[in-house]
Amino acid sequence: MTVQHDPSVYERIQAGEQFQELRRRYRSWAFPMTIAFLVWYLLYVVLSGFARDFMGTKLFGNINVALVFGVLQFVSTFLIAWAYSRHAEAKLDPIADDLRGAAETRDEVGEGAK
Amino acid sequence: MSHQALSTILFLVFVALTLGITFWASRNTKSAADFYAGGRSFSGLQNGLAIGGDYMSAASFLGIAGIIALSGYDGFLYSIGFLVAWLVALLLVAELMRNSGKYTMADVLAFRMSPRPVRTAAGVSTIVVSIFYLLAQMVGAGALVGLLLGIHSEAGKIWTIIAVGLLMIIYVVFGGMKGTTWVQIVKAVLLMTGAALVTLLVLGKFGFNLSGLLGDAAAQSGKGDAFLNAGLKYGTEAQGIWGKIDLISLGLALVLGTAGLPHVLIRFYTVPTARDARKSVLWGIGIIGTFYLLTLVLGFGAAALVGSKTIAEADKAGNTAAPLLAQKVGQDIFGEVGGTVLLAIIAAVAFATILAVVAGLTLASSSSFAHDLYAHVFKRGGATERQEVVVARIAAFVIGAVAIALSIFAQSLNVAFLVSLAFAVAASGNLPAILYSLFWKRFNTAGAVAAIYGGLVSAVVLVIFSPVVSGAPTAMFPDADFHLIPLSNPGIFSIPIGFLCGYLGTVLSKEYNASKYAEIEVRSLTGLGAEKATSH
Repeated sequence: MTVQHDPSVYERIQAGEQFQELRRRYRSWAFPMTIAFLVWYLLYVVLSGFARDFMGTKLFGNINVALVFGVLQFVSTFLIAWAYSRHAEAKLDPIADDLRGAAETRDEVGEGAK
Repeated sequence: MSHQALSTILFLVFVALTLGITFWASRNTKSAADFYAGGRSFSGLQNGLAIGGDYMSAASFLGIAGIIALSGYDGFLYSIGFLVAWLVALLLVAELMRNSGKYTMADVLAFRMSPRPVRTAAGVSTIVVSIFYLLAQMVGAGALVGLLLGIHSEAGKIWTIIAVGLLMIIYVVFGGMKGTTWVQIVKAVLLMTGAALVTLLVLGKFGFNLSGLLGDAAAQSGKGDAFLNAGLKYGTEAQGIWGKIDLISLGLALVLGTAGLPHVLIRFYTVPTARDARKSVLWGIGIIGTFYLLTLVLGFGAAALVGSKTIAEADKAGNTAAPLLAQKVGQDIFGEVGGTVLLAIIAAVAFATILAVVAGLTLASSSSFAHDLYAHVFKRGGATERQEVVVARIAAFVIGAVAIALSIFAQSLNVAFLVSLAFAVAASGNLPAILYSLFWKRFNTAGAVAAIYGGLVSAVVLVIFSPVVSGAPTAMFPDADFHLIPLSNPGIFSIPIGFLCGYLGTVLSKEYNASKYAEIEVRSLTGLGAEKATSH
């Protein structure tokens, strides 16, 4: 007698088209963006170490490139955080709610199932 | 009334208020979910404030303002790393962790692995990271009270450390996560209000002309335009190429460490859903970002109005820059009494800051001891919830007592580097294990164990043989010299080592469980089967 591997509830959901779409939408936003902000941040750190003449260039009054670059890191952080929350609310939450709702009504995974 | 007396009174009011909260929280802390996760019933805003309260330590308030006041721009560099790091937490960790874990960081790692080795590794790492951080904060508290209250005796410092330690033990043992969270919320509000008030007064003095403020700061610092650019403290030209590599190494540890700090991670469990975890990180980013912009003004303001020389005379590390600035602007605007009141307020806020942070650290380490090591390793999952909570409370007491003893022993040593070491260990060991667990199908027990121990050991060993421990006048042991590596920050080596160990451990082991990966992936992205809130 051969033991057949019975796919679990989770494997069936994982293989489904809807979940694959959710995963794609999450990863294709979060992964490139993570790389982008890390590169942007490291560029700032490297310039702070190796391009001090450039960073010391005065733009207006006593405000130099270093200060503007630093403040831009704050601005980019706030903007990325805001953009992610918009993306998640519009593109991720509805699919996640759908999948969870469907599985819970089928009662495949009980309350707090582990 | 002297500012010392007023500070003490304000601080005692804070202690009385937080003890009241702790007493209330203790009556509402019954289940394990209450103790570890505050019943998962905090709102996004509440948890966002608590994230700020947990994260903005005295090192970031007094320390960064002090670095800016003495070395100018370099202090700002530090705060940028601390802030950008929250994007890693927001995009990759917070929601997925809330959906797939329960009480500790190890819950996520042990999800699809062999639980005992993984929980042991994660428990050890959690306790080591938290104790490092705790020691730096408590030794700092001892030094601070001397500066702010004018107590310079050895006994005064020791009693301060004991008092801070006892208070944090009380908050955690009785209040659990609920009490600790409220202490952090109160502290965050006080800190933001205090910092914003002094910032407004400083900006007001300069007619809201930032360029004028910077010009005066550069002039008063005695360093001219170099004061407004990087390089006076980190990676100075005199240190050559290694100094600059060290700067990049520090930057890496700061930006990647936050999302691996256990006391930060457990905050995501205190809200009802992953969506609230997202909201709380958004609030946290707003609060922490604003705070660091305020410290920028405070630091340069202190240099401009108090003068770098006066600040350095009061404390070599510049830790009293913010309090001295508060006194100065208070005096200039409201007269002698105004200066006293403002100084007292800022000093009391600084103590409140320390208390909230150390409580969070004690909670993280005692939760991990009880939930990971006791319940799952020693008892092999056979402990009841009641037993777990009893053990967690005992652990909080013991860890607190150990931290007090170690801090008293270390109080004459320079242990400020322990904060950046905690970030380096978190980035090198914990972060690879968490990211691989959530995103890499093939990842397994051997990989998780290798990543955590590999990152932890390499970071600690590199630091032991670095100039922060020996071989430099500012080292922990300035009279010894066994340093081998020119870097003070291990991140640039230890972070890749951690990720590589996780990779090699995984591919060299045959273990592979596709169905468990399906489960964590589906659960983490959809919230299916996630832990529910228990009380409101």
